[in-house]
Formats: sequence, C-alpha cells, structure tokens
Amino acid sequence: MAGYPWTAVGDAEAARRAEPEDGWTGAIISAVEDPDGAFGLCRTVRKRETPLTPLLLIVEAHQLAELELREDLFDDFTLARAMPEEIEARLGHLLWRTGRGKRHDVIAYGPLALNLETYQAVVSGRPLDLTFMEYELLRFLAAHPGKVFTREVLLSRVWGYEYFGGARTVDVHIRRLRAKLGEEHAHLIETVRSVGYRFGRARWAP
Amino acid sequence: MQSQREYVLRTVEERGVRFVQFWFTDVLGTAKTFSITPAELENALEEGMTFDGSSIDGFSRVQESDVIAHPDPKTFQILPFRTGPEDTVARMFCDISNLDGSPFDGDPRRVLRRALERAHERNFSFFAAPELEYFYFAGSETTGTPRTLDAGSYFELTVADLTTDLRKRTVLTLEEMGIPVEYAQHEDAPSQHEIDLRYTDALTMADTIMTVRLVVKQIAKERGAYATFMPKPLAGVQGSGMHTHFSLFSNGVNAFHDPGDERGLSLVGRQFIAGLLEHAAEITAVTNQWVNSYKRLVSGYEAPVNVSWAYNNRSALVRVPIVKRGKTDSTRIEFRSPDPACNPYLAFAVILAAGLRGIEKQYELPAEADTNLFLMTPRELAKAGIKPLPKNLDAALAAMERSELVAETLGEHVFEWFLRNKRTEWEDYSREVTPYELTRYLPAL
Repeated sequence: MAGYPWTAVGDAEAARRAEPEDGWTGAIISAVEDPDGAFGLCRTVRKRETPLTPLLLIVEAHQLAELELREDLFDDFTLARAMPEEIEARLGHLLWRTGRGKRHDVIAYGPLALNLETYQAVVSGRPLDLTFMEYELLRFLAAHPGKVFTREVLLSRVWGYEYFGGARTVDVHIRRLRAKLGEEHAHLIETVRSVGYRFGRARWAP
Repeated sequence: MQSQREYVLRTVEERGVRFVQFWFTDVLGTAKTFSITPAELENALEEGMTFDGSSIDGFSRVQESDVIAHPDPKTFQILPFRTGPEDTVARMFCDISNLDGSPFDGDPRRVLRRALERAHERNFSFFAAPELEYFYFAGSETTGTPRTLDAGSYFELTVADLTTDLRKRTVLTLEEMGIPVEYAQHEDAPSQHEIDLRYTDALTMADTIMTVRLVVKQIAKERGAYATFMPKPLAGVQGSGMHTHFSLFSNGVNAFHDPGDERGLSLVGRQFIAGLLEHAAEITAVTNQWVNSYKRLVSGYEAPVNVSWAYNNRSALVRVPIVKRGKTDSTRIEFRSPDPACNPYLAFAVILAAGLRGIEKQYELPAEADTNLFLMTPRELAKAGIKPLPKNLDAALAAMERSELVAETLGEHVFEWFLRNKRTEWEDYSREVTPYELTRYLPAL
C-alpha cells in the first residue's frame, strides 16, 4: 500500500507486538464492524509515547455522524465502499503531509553516511569495508542516534533471536566496527557502562 | 541469508570489485584460494563453485575428487591491500561439500563446526583469543640461514626500525579489516614479534588466524622482508608459540567463572582444564604438527614441556590468568603449547573436545604446579605425578593414534590422512643427516 509493506493486527496489544524496529509508518483502522473497539484503538495508539500518525479511518456512511468530536483520533477518513485506488491516494497524501512520503534511503550522522539502497557506508568520505553483520549493526545504531541499547536488545533486533553465541557476539562486532571506523571516529559508538552501547550523542546532551 | 547475498552482490558492484577470492584451508592449515569474477558471483553464492580437490593436501580421495566450495557470505570482506595494479579484491571463507551437497569430511572448517555444534548441544559457546608470535627475516628467499632484522628484545623501546614499521602497518591493516589487536609487541628473541588478538567465537578466530598469517606475510613481502610462523627458526633463542586464551559461555554467562571461588574459577573451568591435561599428549600432534614444533617445546624457553596447570606459572601447560576483581567475563584459561604453524580449525576442535570431555566425565583437577617446573628433575616430576608432553612428532603421533577422542573429533578421513602424512614427514626427517651430526661426529668418529 503506497509502496509500504503492511501487517494486519487485531488490537492495540497485537499492534505493539508486531511493531517493526523503526516503528509503524502509519495505520488504517476500520470502524465498520466494531465502532467502539475501533475508536478505542485509535485513542490507544494516539496516546502512546510516540503517537501513531498518520491514521486513516474507514467508516460506513451511516457512521459519519459518530466522527463528530472525535477529530483528534484520526488524520483522514474514507468510506468503506471506496475504491482501493482512493484509499491508496489518501494514504499517499497523508504520508506526504507528515513528511514520510519519500522513504529515507540515506542515514547521515556527523561524518558518517549510510546508503540503505546500496548498502554502502562512508565515514569522512572514506568508504568502510564492512561485513554484512557489521553493516546491519551500524545501520541499526545509526538509525537510533542517542539511544542506549543493551547487548540483548541489539542481539535480538540485529541478529534475530535464533542466533547462538550470546551477548559477547555484540561486543565482538562493536569492536570490529570501531576498528574499521578508525581511531578518529571510533567514539561514534560509545560504551555505556553496565548498560550497553549508544551511537552518537546522548539525547539530552547540550 | 538472502539479504547477506544481496549485500555481497551490491557491494561488489558498488565498490568495483574485480575479483572475489574464495578462501579455504587444507588439512595442514595452509591457506588455499581461487578467484572468481563478479559475473560468476551470483551463481556461486547460490550453488557454490566446483573444483578438483585432488591437488589439495588432505582432500584427495580414491574415487571422486571434485568438491564444491560454498562461500560464507558472512565472511565477505574487501581486502585492504591490492594483489595487482588497480584491482579491488574481496574474499570469502568457504565451506566444502561433496557433489551431492553433503559436507566434505576433509574440510577443517567443517571439523571445527562439528565440534562447536557439540558444544552448542550442551549450551556452550567457545571463545578464543590467541597470541601469535613470529619472526621477520631479511630478504625474500626462504632458503638458507635466516638473517634477523633487529636485535631488540621484549618491550624494548627500539629506534624506528623496519620491523617496528612492519608491525605497525600490519596492525593498521588488520584493524581496517575489522580485526582488533589487543597488543603488538617485540618479543624476547631478536626479530621476533607478537600480535595478540581480541577474543571472538572460535570459528571466526580460526578464520581470523588464517587472515592474520596472510597479512603479516604480505606486508613483510611488500617491504622486501619475510615473516615466518615456523615454531623454532633459530636455535638458542625463544621459539614462536600461539598461547591461546579460551572460555566457555552459557546463556551469556561465563561458565568458567564462579564468584564463590577464591580465584573465581568455576567447577566447569576446573573440569575443562582437567580434560585438557588428561588428553594433552593425544592432541599435541594437532596443536604442534611439525618436526620443528618439538624444537620449541624444550626446557628453558617459556614453552611448556610438562602436563601441568597453575594460576600464574609460565612454565605450566595451562595457566589461569589472574583477573581483576569484578571482571567476571574475563575468567579464562590459557593453553600454552600450540604454535602458530598449526591448523587453527583442527587445533581449536581438539582443544574444545578435550575440555568438554573433562566436563562430561567430571574429571578431577590435579593439584596446581606452583613451583618452576623447569627446575625440577624428571624424578621429582614423576613423583609429583607430572607427565611430560610428547618429546617429538613421532611420540605425539603415537599418542594421537591411540586416541579415541581425537579420532572422533577429526573424523575418520582427516584422522587417517593426518597420521599418514605426518608419519611420512617423520620418516623423511629421520633419514636426514643433520649439521649437528656432521659437526660432532665427523671429526670424532
């Protein structure tokens, strides 16, 4: 839909569990079968720490009156009988309005740039010769600058749960990445004592 | 898997890689390689590349000699040095299979994988951190008497000489390849150097050792010198060892550590050491596989000669380094007999198997050898129940031949080929008349 992969979920809890590492790009919620449940769901995902937006609501014509005083719960709505093309067009417009219309294919932070399209990483203009897992780890960290991740979280998000070798694998790869970044840029990945690792500056740093 | 392949293919395209080298290792631990072009890469990642294994040491079989090299996309790495003008070259390590797709028994990487799988069944991951010693010699000819490049000794602050420069360039190149170096220093003997690597899982480390040996030699060659991992190139000075630190982790926790123990060493750690000691003689032919290896394992040069362990006694075969308080992940054992000319895949496999056997059978750890063993007489050693390591390749092969543990770990193919090849080496050596004999006997007899 609008070039995005999608997942069907039943309720707020399922939406939370199925959420991809970089968050939902948006949501389509249908109020056709269970209007109260749907409005409840809208409210829940809007009240999260990072409110889920944009949100497209699908309603039946006879439900239009129920939208009154609920304007804060959705960004746009469409009738259930709408053509798929209309839903797609509305979604595209919503995503454009919220700045997500074009998918970012470059992550840049200070001297580091990652081209997600070509899998290439560059630091101060120098290409980094990374292995696949080093690239994946750097991509994940650089996509969340300032955030501290435990080894366990990195292991599950970057390697997947089935990986055997434990948290030390993360340490090994972090060291390899730092070695490749070179002395000058090794500090991009910081060790947060007895917690884990952080890419870039702390979120609250001046 | 799919995205790893995609990563390799895109990187080859984006970086203008001209050749991709496929790396694998023969049974004796010699690096073998062949190159393919980017055009062949996609298919090679899917299906592997067939080649004739009959010219590879230990790969030969009676009937079928064709085998398939399957590149491991996880190990894809662009090489920081060029093999030809303007050529960007990348490499991948390979697993070898038979034509029907079943794993090839002669592949050392496969032997180590199998040993690691057995450890995984018991929920253990195996980590290794080796210290590689080697010599730099002048010239490019590897024949004749080696000429040293410097006269420095351990930790000596030398003036900027060629070997310091070589070592520095080597460390920088390794770091560029994502191989972090813990220390690099001048060793005891003239022209001898040491590179200590930060731990990784044992399979990655065996791959890494193959890379390090190549990089060290390559960089020496570029500067008109040569590097050798020969265990004892010069009589009368230290040989080159590969002391290696090992640990087992279980669910992210160091299985060798016990906070309740005075020295922090757990029961699992004790049993692992006991296993190593019990099977030390049997695995020595693998960890020290050359006639020359046993010229290093002699008294008086910090190389172990007896089967013993201690907390901080550098004459022991197994040492348990003192760990800073609270560094629970650092508790480890150091196995001091291997030399850097071993096949790291096979060496790690038999070391792991010996240690695991100790855990499985709950071997009792003998008393610590806290005195300097080099100063004890054979009679005193025997009284203390301390056995010697095999004194030469012949004795080591005899101990290996009787070992069910080594046969099981290496598999029949490698076990038999190795014994046959090494017996021939010993026989060839026994037929030689050496300079030692000529200078002593010719005038006297």
